[in-house]
This record gives sequence, C-alpha cells and structure tokens, in this order.
Amino acid sequence: MSDVYVIGTDMIRFGRYPDRSVEDLGAEAALLALKDAGLGIRDMQALYCGNMGEANRSVGQRVMQHLGQTGIPVVNTANACATGATAFREGWIAIKSGLYDLVLCIGVEKMGRGLLGGGASYDGVPTEGLVGSGTMPSMFASLGMEHTRKYGTTFEQFAKVSVKNHHHSTMNDKAMYRMETPLAQVMEAEMISFPLTKLMCSVNVDGAAAAIVCSERKARALGLMGRAIRVRASVLQSDPYTPRNLALMDFNSVTRLAAGAAYEMAGVGPSEIELIELHDCFATAELMHYENLRICTDGGPGALIDSGETELGGRIPVNVSGGLLSKGHPLGATGIANIYEVATHLRGEAGLRQVEGARIGMTHVVGAGSSCAIHILEKA
Amino acid sequence: MSDDETESLRPLAPFVKIGADGKPYLEGMKCTSCGEVLAVGSRRACPKCAAVGTLEAVRLAERGRLYTYTVVRRSFPGVATPFVAALVDLDGGGTIKGNLIGLNCDAIQFDMPVQVGFETLSVAGEAGTRHVRHVFTAVVE
Repeated sequence: MSDVYVIGTDMIRFGRYPDRSVEDLGAEAALLALKDAGLGIRDMQALYCGNMGEANRSVGQRVMQHLGQTGIPVVNTANACATGATAFREGWIAIKSGLYDLVLCIGVEKMGRGLLGGGASYDGVPTEGLVGSGTMPSMFASLGMEHTRKYGTTFEQFAKVSVKNHHHSTMNDKAMYRMETPLAQVMEAEMISFPLTKLMCSVNVDGAAAAIVCSERKARALGLMGRAIRVRASVLQSDPYTPRNLALMDFNSVTRLAAGAAYEMAGVGPSEIELIELHDCFATAELMHYENLRICTDGGPGALIDSGETELGGRIPVNVSGGLLSKGHPLGATGIANIYEVATHLRGEAGLRQVEGARIGMTHVVGAGSSCAIHILEKA
Repeated sequence: MSDDETESLRPLAPFVKIGADGKPYLEGMKCTSCGEVLAVGSRRACPKCAAVGTLEAVRLAERGRLYTYTVVRRSFPGVATPFVAALVDLDGGGTIKGNLIGLNCDAIQFDMPVQVGFETLSVAGEAGTRHVRHVFTAVVE
C-alpha cells in the first residue's frame, strides 16, 4: 500500500463565537484547508467530521449544507477529546485502503463554560462531592498526585508547563490566550483541584480545523507533493485493563500502548521526533506524557521541564502552538488542529514559533473513556 | 435504625450493598480464571482476561491504603467544597474512589491506612428513600 499525505490543512483562530453555528465554524475551516490545497469541495470524495457536543445531530451533513451538498458519504465521529484525531484517522484509513484518493477531515466544537466532567449520578443521585469527584480537573489532579507519589514531581514543576505553553501562544495568532503568565501568577491563580490552578487547566473555546487527506498517486497527479506531509503513523488505541482504571481513568497505559505502535509503524524512535503537540488538557498531563511518549525516562519529566528542553529552541519542543492550555481545547477540533500545527512546522511556515529544520513531528491526544490517538508526520 | 429506614436504604455505588441485617458492606467481583479482584458490579466477562462467565461476587475488605488523592477546591456549581477526593486500594484487591474525611489536608500521606465507613444521607430521590455512601477515614496504626 502506498503512503497517505496531508495536502491541505488550516484552522480558524480558537476563541468564543457565541453568534456563530457549529456548521459555520466547520465550513470556514474546511474552506481554508481546501484553499490551502488549491481544491474545492467537488474534489472531495468523502467527509469525516468530528464533533462531540452535537454528536447526535449530523454535524458533518450540516457542514456540507454550508459547503455545497455534493452527495458524498459523510461519517460523523465522537470519541471524547480524541474526536478530531479519530475523524482524521478514519480519513487516513479510507485513503490507505485505496477506496478514495481525496477526502476531507473536519474537527469542530462549540464549548460551554465551566468545568468539564461526567456529572456522574448513581440511582438518580448526583454523586459529585459525595463519592469523590468526577470533574476533569480533579481527575487530572489525582493523576498528577500519582506522579508526585511515584517520583516526587512538584507543584512548581507542573506549573512550569503552563508558563511555557502560555509563552508559546504569544507567537501563535490562532491561539486563544496569547499572554505571558509568569510562574508566580500561575501558582497563585485560583486553586481548582490541587495541584491544578485555573491557569493549569485548558481553556474552553470554540474552534474548527480541517485537513485534506490524499493518496500518493493523486498528490503526484495534482502536482502537490511540494508542500505535502506524509503520514508515517496513524494509531488509535482504547485503554487496556490496568488494576485501577475502573476507578480512575488511566491515560498513561493507553498512551504507552499507542506510542509503541506508532513508533513501530513509522519506523522511527523517540529521538527522531523534532516537535510534539501533545494532550496538555491539564498541566499535569503534559509531564505524564513526556515519559509515556518516551522523550525522557520514567521519572524524568520534572527534570525535563526544569531543563527548558521542551521549550521552543530546546531539544524537543512540546506544544509550541500554546497547547490546549493556551491555544484552547475545542474537543472535536483539537486533534486536527494538532495536525495543522505540526504540518505547518514541517512546511517551514510557522513564523515566529517555527521549530527550525523540523522534518518529523508527532501529534497526541487522549480521550476520556479512554482512548489515545497518535500521528507521526514527516515532510514529504 | 428503624425497619422502615432499613427497607428504603439504597447504595450510591455499584460496589456498596445492603445486607439482610440492614448494614452496608462492600462487594466486588473475582475472576475464577485470572484471579483478579474488581470493585465493580456484575458483568458478562472479565475486563482483565476476557474470560466469559467467570466473575463471582466476593466480599471486599473495608480496610485499604490511600493510593492518590486531590483536594477539590472548585467543583460543579452547587457542590460544597473543599473535599478530599481519594483513590484507595483495598486490602486483598479492588480500588475504589470516595471522599476522605476527618483529616487536615496537611496530614494526608500516600499509602496511609484507611478504614471504609458508611454514612446515611437524605438526598433528592424517591420519597422515603435514604441513600448510603462510603467514606474513608484515617486509621491510626
């Protein structure tokens, strides 16, 4: 089977768009990505559309009503925070199988405000605060504390993730926050769930991103190989059984499972990855994933963030877009926005935040429930 | 408690059961194939080894050790804070989450031994029903 390429990709600036519909946001991102490829909706043979908030209401078909109803197959995906990456991967599978040559992948989300979480109830009674907590911040706080338990990782080390990613966002005109947050400001912000302050929680925003996925044959025929991005690995896993994951979601084991499969599929090792957009839904998560993705040894994340090696200009820049913490986290859009970010660096078009000379990059998301999707991309 | 209250007592977690004597206890599942002990209700196959029809109800220990926790300062609107959301490994197997109560936050330590207790609550529900929740308290060794 031949390789699969991204030949066009873009995203709208993440932010709050109370007066715009999900389909309008999705259509804008799609048109930007089509323009990037120099193609139109009539060139697309299928649409894979990721959205969580309106997952039961045919978002992809509604986007087509704003793009042109060409009658192509539309597949809607919902997979928690891995929704966008799942839509992209369905497009990759379709091209890889040889069924299509050109497909459109969209991730789009309109978020509310406030804490995310299941809002679990049992026997009709809301159990939040009575039987522990099910908010996303409390879950990732508990997972951060697990890291502290194992390796002594400190509140300050977790907070440094937010300092770094907010700094990165100042160089990204598509990010929500675009503001510096010194360490003291991060650590003194409202405590949500120790060790997570408000500035260590990702920001709920509206957003959309899109990618045009293409067969090698078609990319060559269209003369689009010059800016094409090769998909070296596309992996999706669900959480394997671990002794505590029925009581607290385990995003470590599922990421390790996916990372192993992705490195094997790509035929590269962690030392060959030159930038990573990983799932920093909370500051604790970024450090957990340093070791899960094997860019440091187990127990090494605290020292790695202290070293500055994951900042722009460091050995392995992580979340130079600003990440979910500062660019924002519109659930269904995040996975494809990550693809856009890494592709933009591999094309050498990332401006002030460009990771110089990057040829191979990785995207990573996890979804509550749980799942993990990883893509490894390479300049063609 | 009176007989009326006993009859209407209802658990707030799948691993909490109400005994014939009206006293709550913890019950999970044990896989007869792989031996894993799970703090879950009934299911068709073992989540660890995938063997079908091998899970049998088993009494879970009401002692355990604190694995991880967080002090929740802000939760969903209307939920009283702060509280300590804890994850406890029960002696003999099974991990459950719940509130750790009666401790100053500074006194909490990983691996500290805890006792599972039960509290009866009057929360919104069918008229006349009362719910029981499990809580963790520190054990002085």
